[in-house]
Parts: sequence; C-alpha cells; structure tokens
Amino acid sequence: MLDYITSYLTSNVTPGQAGNVLWAFIYILLIFLGLSVAVIAMNWLERKVLAHMQVRLGPMRVGPHGLLQPIADAIKLLIKEDIMPAEADKVVFWAAPLLVVITAFTVFIVVPFGPTHAVTDMNIGILFMLGVSSLSVLGVVMAGWASNSHYPLMGALRSSAQMVSYEIAMGLAVVSAILMTSLGQASTGTLSMIGIVEAQQAQQTWFLFKFFPLGLIACFVFAVAMVAETNRAPFDLPEAESELTAGFHTEYSGFRWSLFFLAEYSAMIAVSSIAVTLWLGGWLRPFPTWLSGDTWDLVFSLFPGFTFLMLAAVTFFNTARMPRHPYFRIQTLGLAGFGALLAVIGIVLFIPPVRDRIQDIFWFSAKVAAFMYLYIWYRGTFPRYRFDQLMKVGWKVLLPIALGVLILTAVVGVF
Amino acid sequence: MQPVATTFFFYLLSGLALLGGVLVITRRNAVHSALALILTLLALAGLYLMLYAPFVAGVQIILYAGGIMVLFLFVIMLVSIEQSQKQEQFNQFWLIGLIAAVALGGMFTGMYVKGAARLPQHALRLPEQSNTQQIALMLYGNYMFAFEIASLLLLVAIIGAVVMAKRKI
Repeated sequence: MLDYITSYLTSNVTPGQAGNVLWAFIYILLIFLGLSVAVIAMNWLERKVLAHMQVRLGPMRVGPHGLLQPIADAIKLLIKEDIMPAEADKVVFWAAPLLVVITAFTVFIVVPFGPTHAVTDMNIGILFMLGVSSLSVLGVVMAGWASNSHYPLMGALRSSAQMVSYEIAMGLAVVSAILMTSLGQASTGTLSMIGIVEAQQAQQTWFLFKFFPLGLIACFVFAVAMVAETNRAPFDLPEAESELTAGFHTEYSGFRWSLFFLAEYSAMIAVSSIAVTLWLGGWLRPFPTWLSGDTWDLVFSLFPGFTFLMLAAVTFFNTARMPRHPYFRIQTLGLAGFGALLAVIGIVLFIPPVRDRIQDIFWFSAKVAAFMYLYIWYRGTFPRYRFDQLMKVGWKVLLPIALGVLILTAVVGVF
Repeated sequence: MQPVATTFFFYLLSGLALLGGVLVITRRNAVHSALALILTLLALAGLYLMLYAPFVAGVQIILYAGGIMVLFLFVIMLVSIEQSQKQEQFNQFWLIGLIAAVALGGMFTGMYVKGAARLPQHALRLPEQSNTQQIALMLYGNYMFAFEIASLLLLVAIIGAVVMAKRKI
C-alpha cells in the first residue's frame, strides 16, 4: 500500500491518463476540499477587504478579526428553515441549485494545477470547461422560473441574456489564445488545458505577452467577459438589490441558497483558472527563461514556504495587538494557534520533496488568487451598469474587439 | 487510457437518454419537456465520449444543451404555462407517428437479426488524442465547400430574423 502511494508520487501523468480510479477519486476529493476552503476564505476576505475599502472594520465579533464569521454563517444557513414557495414548481425548484453546483464543480476535473496535478487531461479541455460552465445558465433560468414570482423571473431573464451575450466575446477571446498554441516547433494546436500551458512553456512566453499587444487585449476582453459571465459587480444586474431584491434566488433560503453561493464563488475560481491557464502560463513560475538556472529555481521554490511564514508573522503581530482583557483570552489564544498552524504549514513546505511537488500548485493558486482579488476590487470600485449599457458593451465593444484580435492573431501567426 | 466500467456507463447513459426522450413527449408542461430534452442531449454527449469522439461531445454540450436549449427555455418561460396546459392538443399525428415508429422499429430489428454481415467485425478505434484535429482537417479540407454552404444557410436565417423583427432597417 505504502509502495503504491510512493510510486504514484513520482509519476509523471495525471490520474486520468494513468487510468487510476483510486487516485482520480482522491484528487477529486482534494479539489473539492480545497475549493470549499477557498470559498470560505474568499467569503471572509471579500467582506474584510470591501469593508476596509469603504473605511469600515467588517466582521470583528465572531472570532479574532471575524475569522470564524464564514463558519458561523454556514451553520446559520444549514439550520435555517428551508422554505419552498407554495405555487413553485417543486421538481425544477429542487433541481436548479443542484445543477448550478454540479456544473460549477465539474469543470475542475480538467483544471491543471500542475503538469501532473489535474484529475484528467482531456483532448477538449478548454471546450469542456466553457461548455459545462455555460450549463449553469440553465440552473439560473430554472431557479428564476420555478420560483413562480416576478423578481426571480426578471432576474433570470436578465441573467440568461447577459450570460449568452458575453459567452460570444469570451469564446472569441479564447480562440485567439488557442490559435497561439499552434505556433512554434510543435505545429499542431491543442485544446487540452495541460497542452496549452506546455505550449507557453515551449514558446518561452506567456500568451499575455505574445504578439504584443494582441494577447493583452484578448486577455482583457476575457477578463471583462468573465466578470459578466459570473454575474459579479459591476455586471451584477441579475441580482441588483435596488431593483430585484436578490434576482433569481430571491425565493431561496437556507441550504439551497448556500448552494447558489457556493456555486457562484467556485464559478469565479473556475473562470479565473481558465484565464490563468490561457494567458498567464498556468503553473509556470514567473521568469522561467530570464531568471533561469538552479539558483533561481531554488529561490522560486522557496516562495510557497515564505508566503505561509509571512502570513504567520502577520497573524502573530496581530496576536500581540489583541486587547489584554480576560474577555479576549480565548480569542488571543485562538489567533496564536492559527498563526502556529500557518507557520507549521510554511515549514512543511520547505521540505525538498514537498517543495518540488507543491510549487506548481502554489504558482497556479497565486495567479488565481490575484484574479479573485480583482473581483473584490471591481466590486469596491465600479458602479453597476445599466442593462442597455451592459448589452452595448457586450455586443458593440467587446465582440468587435475580440473578433479583430482573432483576425489579427491569425494574420500575424501566418506571416 | 483504459476505459473503466464501459458496459455500466453505456447502459446508464442510454437509459437516461431514453428516459429523457419519453419524458419529452409525455409531459404536458412545456418547460419540463425542454428540461427532459436537455437530459437526453447530455446523455448523448456522454455516449459520444464513450465512442472516443470528445470534440463532438463538447460541441454537443456547448451548442445544444448550453446554447439552443437555453434559448428554447427562454421563449417557453414567457408563454403562460397555465393557459397552454389547459388547451386541447390540436396536432393529431398519432397515425403517421405510429407508422413511422413501426417502420423504424422494423429497420432496427432487421439490422439486429440480419445485419451482422454488413457491419465491421470490430468497433473502429480512432485516435482519441487527435480527434479535434482530425475533425478540423475534414471540415476545412475535404468538406470545405459543404461547410461554407452550411454557414451561408445560417447567415440567411440571421438576416431573415433581423428583417422580420425590425420593421424599418
């Protein structure tokens, strides 16, 4: 058994390619766990960062600096009464949140966290991700219709119109990046997520900087379209509070509502990881050719450990700043324990075998995290679009730009 | 890649496809019919995957389940369901439908009983890793003309929709 596990740790293919059901299952569980933790962390981070952008404190009561707030919220949602409207279409109302969650999590089986850290490598990876995530529109429409109420129906109509329109600009931007994979020595293009990152490695550049500024513009179009696709501010018309209370999930409460919440955040992570894979070099570390050599490899492989140590240092600093009152003793101890946990993780990440195995996951997650921070930043910065402005941006601005970039990329690629 | 539990997945997917197909024609509620059709389309996508045609499966999901059916639902939801449920079904095509079903069933049984000689001995194993590239070579190489004609047809449909929707262009 132990041999079996250690033999896998040194292998060079994904579990799907090896046809190893057990490891595929373990990977799926790990990704599910990691995503749940990421959603919890993102929930806390969004409230804190948004609060600080608006000169507020944000959650401070539950746990030190509100660290336990997401857990408290989760418990509240789970034990809340689950209401189903009397005139609702029972089956569709029940199926809608399930569909949204399943599509949001299924796409992660092709996300390449590293050359071997993906559940499987499909020949149609990017197509699969776009296709399955486009199915979530169905869930939104179903939820809005099944609630049998006006606000949800309006929210669902807006949302499906918006998602269908922005999918086109998004798809064209993706195609221009896929065209870039067909250049270089290996002359056939690929749709496989791992293949796309390997093409960037072979061409020694991120596609963001390829054919400057074409790659940059395509990435920009995708970055705008992906915010619209996930219904986030400034494109959060489907759930515009001032107009539609909560949009398509107005009638949902308790556990079902929390499924929508979970799906929204994991969809955000999924589209961010598409952007990272296509334009930001996926799991590749920064400057692989400019700062090459064993020394730089070592320096960059120490990054994950130092990141966690830095987080631990921040936590310890804030532990020292906690009020010295008997009421706060448990909170102070808890924060110190959390810091110690982060420090231990940081130290474990310095062990050479772990370090080598983990650093591609680290770089991938760090790039995704940057996109996730952008989401919060947008929400704190931009006012919401009006619906006709939204449609105008989608059809009259992003679509022509994406089409133009696609044609120019093809022209530059041929010559 | 070694396939796992092929038989099980084949029966699961074809069962789901059949279930969806039956639900499409038996539900009175149009939205339920549309959702059942989506189930059938997704199960078909799974069957394409089992036939080592991942590109076709992906396109099936994106175009049919994610694109066309969403527009279908969009339209159906704006129709008053309560009213349409009470209406009498006015298309009485059961005789033609029965004849077509019997004919198709007869063809299938004939093929099952006598068709062994007409079919290849082994299932065709296409290279899965280059499925997308093979389809691209076919579409933009051998069948370029037919492909462009088909896209022209879609263009005609789009222009027709615009002309019908806008009174003054």
